[in-house]
Order: sequence, then structure tokens, then C-alpha cells
Amino acid sequence: MKPTDTKNPEYFHKVVDCQYACPAHTPVPEYIRLIAAERYTDAYMVNWQSNVFPGILGRTCDRPCEPACRRVRVEEEPVAICRLKRVAADNKDDISDRLPEIPSKKNGKRVALIGAGPASLTVARGLAPLGYSIDIYDNQFAGGGMMRSQIPSFRLPIEVLDEEVNYVLDMGLNATFDVQVDSLKEVLDKDYDAVFVGTGAPRGKGLNLPGLEDAMPNVHLGIEWLASVAFEHTKSIGKRVLVLGGGNTAMDCCRTSRRMGGEDVRVVVRSPFDEMKASPWEKEDAASEGIPIYNNHVPKEFVVEDGKLKGMHFEKVEAHYDEEGKRTLVPTGEDLVFMEADDVLMAIGQENSFPWIERDLGIEFDKWEMPVVDKVTFQSTNERVFFGGDSAFGPENIITAVAHGHQAAVSIDLFCRGEDVLKRPPPIVNQSSQKMGVHEWSYDNAVANDLRYAVPHAPLSKTLKNRKVEVELGFDVDTGYKEAERCLNCDVQTVFDELRCIECDACVDICPTDCITFTNNGTEEDLRQRLEAPANNLSQDLYISADLPTMRVMVKDENVCLHCGLCAERCPTTAWDMQKFLYNVSKAGA
Amino acid sequence: MSYQLPKFRHPDLPVNDLGYTRADYEGAISTLCAGCGHDSISGAIVRACHELSIEPHKIAKLSGIGCSSKAPTYFLGNSHGFNSVHGRMPSVVTGAALANRDMLYMGVSGDGDTASIGMGQFAHVARRNLNMVYIVMNNGCYGLTKGQDSATADRGSASKKGDANIYSAIDLCGTALQMGATFVARSFSGDKEQLIPLIKAAISHRGFALIDVVSPCVTFNNNTKSTKSYEFVREHAEATGTIDFVPMHNEITTEYQPGHAHEVTMHDGSSIRLYKMDESLNPFDRRSAVNVLEEHRSSGNILTGLIYMNLDSRDLHEVLETSQRPLNALDESDLCPGNKMLLNINASLR
Repeated sequence: MKPTDTKNPEYFHKVVDCQYACPAHTPVPEYIRLIAAERYTDAYMVNWQSNVFPGILGRTCDRPCEPACRRVRVEEEPVAICRLKRVAADNKDDISDRLPEIPSKKNGKRVALIGAGPASLTVARGLAPLGYSIDIYDNQFAGGGMMRSQIPSFRLPIEVLDEEVNYVLDMGLNATFDVQVDSLKEVLDKDYDAVFVGTGAPRGKGLNLPGLEDAMPNVHLGIEWLASVAFEHTKSIGKRVLVLGGGNTAMDCCRTSRRMGGEDVRVVVRSPFDEMKASPWEKEDAASEGIPIYNNHVPKEFVVEDGKLKGMHFEKVEAHYDEEGKRTLVPTGEDLVFMEADDVLMAIGQENSFPWIERDLGIEFDKWEMPVVDKVTFQSTNERVFFGGDSAFGPENIITAVAHGHQAAVSIDLFCRGEDVLKRPPPIVNQSSQKMGVHEWSYDNAVANDLRYAVPHAPLSKTLKNRKVEVELGFDVDTGYKEAERCLNCDVQTVFDELRCIECDACVDICPTDCITFTNNGTEEDLRQRLEAPANNLSQDLYISADLPTMRVMVKDENVCLHCGLCAERCPTTAWDMQKFLYNVSKAGA
Repeated sequence: MSYQLPKFRHPDLPVNDLGYTRADYEGAISTLCAGCGHDSISGAIVRACHELSIEPHKIAKLSGIGCSSKAPTYFLGNSHGFNSVHGRMPSVVTGAALANRDMLYMGVSGDGDTASIGMGQFAHVARRNLNMVYIVMNNGCYGLTKGQDSATADRGSASKKGDANIYSAIDLCGTALQMGATFVARSFSGDKEQLIPLIKAAISHRGFALIDVVSPCVTFNNNTKSTKSYEFVREHAEATGTIDFVPMHNEITTEYQPGHAHEVTMHDGSSIRLYKMDESLNPFDRRSAVNVLEEHRSSGNILTGLIYMNLDSRDLHEVLETSQRPLNALDESDLCPGNKMLLNINASLR
């Protein structure tokens, strides 16, 4: 194998598994260290720069970082990254003096943002400090998009939402709420330099089953019903509620139902329990509120008597898998199962809908009626129009929308300055040694053995009575510190300098997880099998040095390195050094 | 400075016949200097014992005084240990071994502990062919007292302070051969590929097995004028050949060209395979071993690998015809065989 090019920032970026997995590439270990140091405001700002909504995401993020956490590869549970983010948000001081200055003299460029959800707000935050004049349009009464209409208050208190949405809206945006944009042409005719579409995936999918017409008054689309609850149009629901679907919207629907008068609330899902789309913790939270989940039940028909919904019939199925792992749901042949219901909520998915975009504006649509959008620049085939968030490639999540927003802002800025949108700015990288003394590091290199701490919940007796009472209480400061100490500091990189190495083997002997081997070079496949411990995790790279005096090479399997620094501590010649690698995605104007 | 090892280990560590991983043979985190050769030897001992599937409670590690003799704390944390008086480790092993022949005795000593204060003990334990492994972590200096030349420092070699050593060096392998040791090897802490099979062979050998391991002292004796520095040893080490250790129960699968390898069965049924051997050396002939050792010494090279092994070795127990069972397993009827037996003995003396 060729020596690893550690000058390429993507190599060490990939070693920071959580940051690499985060769509917005938030420097996770950096802010976790700041939390451990009780520098909550600093930790908050690291987040705010990367993901714009730390308080919101600290409660609602889909957390792609956590399954990626290195700790999962050496013990059971990842660091509670998401809930630590909330610790930073809960304990920060006033941040107003840290927000970017908005120039009073504008740069003369006008940008329209359609939709005021996470993607659009991220674009606004990127462009407003650069002097752009920004008009934002939304059909809700306030900003936030799906964060306001679809995420229940018991998961995301309205004050937290308002605070973080307002940090952006207060950047001198011209926001128009309660307005439905019915024509993109009209917007383009206003001679904006660029238009960003961040209108989400607003249409809930329904099931057209026998009896639907008669049952209609008591059958609701999940996301519409959640919005109606959030905007206080809906104040109650029947005692017996069936929620169809297995995603996070279904979990929000069933838990909201419990707070709106539902007593016998059930989730019914076609797939096996383990294959439900909902995050495991959301399923747990539903279960802890006494909501059973019936899996392997396919809805067949609505049962209506005397013009009133009585319940639903379901067919029991089993999942079968073919050789390629493709699933089919095969009926078991048992009798249909009847479940009583006063109301049915359908949360089986949502999709995009662009009836308001004229098809003659130069924006190409594909066969699924989705706009053709560049995956890097987020530009459509009309160079003035950009898409992001769920409206670009279909339903994802908040953090993905934020990541889109950052890139779209970069593109819009390049475009408005007449530059090539494909010339992306490189990441901003800072790498520095953490050595403070012979055996002393400026980070807590000891590896904490603590198991993951659970976030305390408010009692059900309180939370089920009022949909606005937040269920999770968040970590207190002490528990937050202990959880933060579980972080392995994967951004403090083990950096090897072959010119200094005397091949004494001290690093090999001390490494608790047998990551380091000195051996003859070979192909990757060959090397992976003859290291100190087999390197079977192919998603993790091997770090290879140039040839050493004995003509061997140093091979380090990055897989389970604990970043404990012992290799560098035991190295007599500082051939190993622990260097903090801070990687930030370039934002607009960088 | 880290005082403890993280508890997490590689999830795919190989497991031996007893179900243990390498981690089960580790000791406390080392407090020796960073880069000390002794830590590599500790690592090699851990690997050898793990790979041989030796039950940790069947091993006793014994040492004297010095950096080397601190080292047993850093390996085999689940085994017995005895940190004895300076240079007196052989006496303690002799006592322990005579009381219980079922254990593996791993003596760990240094060049000071062996070649200076313990020279007399070393000579006699070799002469008696006590069944033990005797590992010398040989760095040519007294690291614990700031690096004075030791008795194994080569004449002309200079430590960090810069003055060349004016005395002749004691060659521990040569001395052991003279004293009648039945297994003599030399190795280098920076060459685990050679050291691990040698330790395994030494463990399998019945009788006194010396491995003199050159182990650079990074703090006081790893400079350009030293003959025990990493660089010098790498440049001047000449292996007698390559050695493979094949445990008794392992089928021999590796192929080798006939005529290029020599396979020897050890008393416990395992075997060692020697290949690419130096043609001038017959490691089963003491005279040949002495000659080759001397040739390399006079040409300024360091001979490593297996130097001598006596296949007909009879260890101290066999010579003394001692009890097959450990003394602690003998009950009253064994120890007091009764009046009839006493009368027999008395009759035999008349």
C-alpha cells in the first residue's frame, strides 16, 4: 500500500466518525470537550456555526452521529451526543454579542427564500451577514417550518424553537408569513438575483381502503393532524385511536393522541418491529407511555356502522426474505384482526408536491415529478433557482436540511458574484499538537469506563396531561460532565513521523486495542489479515507510513483506536504525536 | 502521564485453547522509560504464554532488583510473582521449583542482577540445570542508578555520558555454555518474530534455558557510540537461523524445502524447526556453539537466535530423583510411610 496522505484533510476527517457521519459535519468532539470544561456558550457557538439550531437539534435530531460513534465498536452504547448538545444549549449565556454583524449597507443582491423551515433559515443565516437583502415567504404564522408544525411541543418546547428561529429572522430579513406562494413565476418576475426553494415535503400520504369515504370524518393524515394540533385548531381526539405507520411521525402522532384524550392508542405497522423506520428511542418513549405497537399487521378496510367509524380490519402477515434480502410480506392465512377505533391517523409517509412551480420556467422535473437538482451545488436547471431540505431530494431530517442550506448558500453567493458554483471552497482545517509536557496532554486522554447515562424524564402523570410539558428533562450539569467524559476525542489524531521512529515497538506493546503493527508492506487485503489484531472493519482505513530503516512500514488500523495517547506517551522519540484536528465545512463567504 | 490502561480491548482478539485473550496475560501499565526495550520483552512473554495456552496460575515469575526486575509487574498479572533480593532470584527459584515441580518458573533478571551481584548464583543455577526459563534483559548499563557501565558493556562502548568502557565484557551466553546450561539463546527486544518462538522453545525445554535479550536503555545507552543501541544492534545482529515453534497438538502444515530445515522434537512432544541455519553452527554441539559465539564476538557482531540446545538434558529433579508430586500435595501417609518402611530403610543401611 502507498503511504497515507495525511495532508489530505479528508483522511483525518473520516477518523472523526461522528463528525463524518453528521450531514453538516458538526465538530462533535470539540464541543463535547467544551461542555466538559463548562464552557457551555463556546460549545453552543461551535454548534450554532455548524448546525444553526443546537437547542432544537439537541432534542429532535435523528442523530446519524450516534450509531457511527467509535464507542459502539468497543462497548454497547455510543456517547449521548445529541443530548449533550442540549446541555450546551440549556446552560449557555446570552449569545447576542457573538452573533455575526449584519452590514447596514447591503451588497445590492436580492434573494428570495420560499418556506421558512430549517433549510431556508440556514441559507438566510449564511447570506445575511454578507450583505444580501433577503425576502422570506412562508404559509405558517411563524418561522420554523416542519419544526413548528410537525414536532410536538412535548419534544420541542415552543420557546426553544422561537429563540433559535429568531436568531436568524432577526438578521434583518424581510419575512412575510401567512402567505401561500402559488406561483414561482411571480416570484422570479420580481427580479431576484436568486431564489431558494425550501418548502419541504408537505403532502402526507394516505391509504385508499374500502370504507374510507364513510369513515372520512374520523380519518386524518398524520402530519396535517399534528400541524392542526400545533396550531390549536384540533383540541381533542377519540378515546380509541389507531395510528397507521412505523416512522417517527407515527410515534409523534400516537404520543400526541395520548395527550389529546386518547386512552387506548395503538400503533399498527405492516413491517416487523425491528424494521420500523422510527428511531429506537422514539419507539421506547412511545412504549413507556403505554402505547402498544402491533407489527406485521396490514390494514385492509375501515369498518363503518350507521355512518360512523367503528374500527379497522387488519391482515396478519409474516416477513419472508429472498436470497438478495428483499422482503415480501406474506399473509399467514389467519382470520382478519378487528381493532376498534374512534379515530385513525395515517402516518405512512409524506411526499413532495410542486403544483405551484410552473413547468415552463426552465426547471426540469424527473419522472417522479421531482426537480432535477445538482447534489453538490443544489442548483436546479434554472440557474437562478436553488433547492434544499426535503424539497430537493425528498423527506430526510432537520440536520440534512441544514447541510443542504449551507451548501446552497455557498452556491448562491458564488452565483451572485458571478463565479463558478462548481468551484467549492475547501474545508477550514486546523491541526495542532496537544503536547504540554513529557507525558502531558491538553485533552483528557484517560478513557472513561462509564456506561451511557440515561436522560431523566418528567413523570407521566404530568406529561400526559398537557401536550406542552416537555418529557425529557435533559442532563443536569454533573451528569452532562460525566457523559461528556465518555467521548474518546477521536479528533485528537495519532500522527506518525517515520523519520523519528527507532522501531522500538513501545507503541505496539502499550496499545490497549492492538491497533499498531510494524510489518512488511503488502496489499490492503493481505495487510488486514496479518496485523496484531485482524482488521475486519473495511469501512475503517489503515494508516500506512513510508518505509522505515528496516524496510518495514507502520500500519495502524483506525477501527478501534481509543485516542488515549498511550502510543505517543510511550514513544521515546515523539515519532507519535497527538494532534487536534479541527475540520469545519466552509460556509458562504469563506 | 497515564497511570492505567484503558479497559477496552480489540473486539476480535484471538482466543487461545483456554478461552483467554492476550489481554488476560497482561500486567499493570509500565512505569519504565518510554521506549525501554524491557517493555517489548514483556510483550513477547505475554504473547508466548498466551499462544502456548499456559494457565496463568501455573506460572511463577521471579526477579531480583533493577529495571529488568521491576518488569514482571508489567506482564502476567494473573500469575504468581516474587521480587527477591538483588542477584538472588536463582536461589528463590531453586527453592520454589524443588517444592513444586508443576509450575513454569520464569526468572527475569538484568545484566547487573545477573553478571555482577548475581554472578555466583547465575553460575550455579546453570550448572545444576534447574528447570526454568532465565531471561536477561541486557542493556549494558545500570539504568536504575543513572546509567553506569555494567559488566556486560562491551569494551570501547560508550553510554550517554560519553566515556568508553575500559573493561572486558562478560558474555552471558558464553558463560552459561561454560557452566553447563542446556539451552542458550540470544535475542533482541526489537525483534519479536525471533524472540517469541525462542521463549516458547525455552518454556518447552526441560532444564535451564537462558535467553540473553539485548534490550536498549533509551535513556542512558541508546547513543551512537553504544553497542547496545537500537541502531547498532539492528546493524550488527546476525541470526543463527530462523526458528519456528510448533506446539505438540498442532498439526504441521507449513511446508519447507527438505534439506533447508531441521526439525527437533522437544521432551514435551512439541517441536522446533530450524531453517536457514548458519552452516558453521551445529546448535546441538556445545563445542560448535562456543566457537561460533567466539567468532562473532571477535568480528564485532552480535550472534542471535538459538545457539545451543542439549536434547538429552536431565534437569535437577531428574538428577536428584525428587518427588514427582509437589510437596504441598503430599499427605501424612506419603511423608510418614510407617514403621515397616523405616525398618526397611534401616536394614538397607546395615
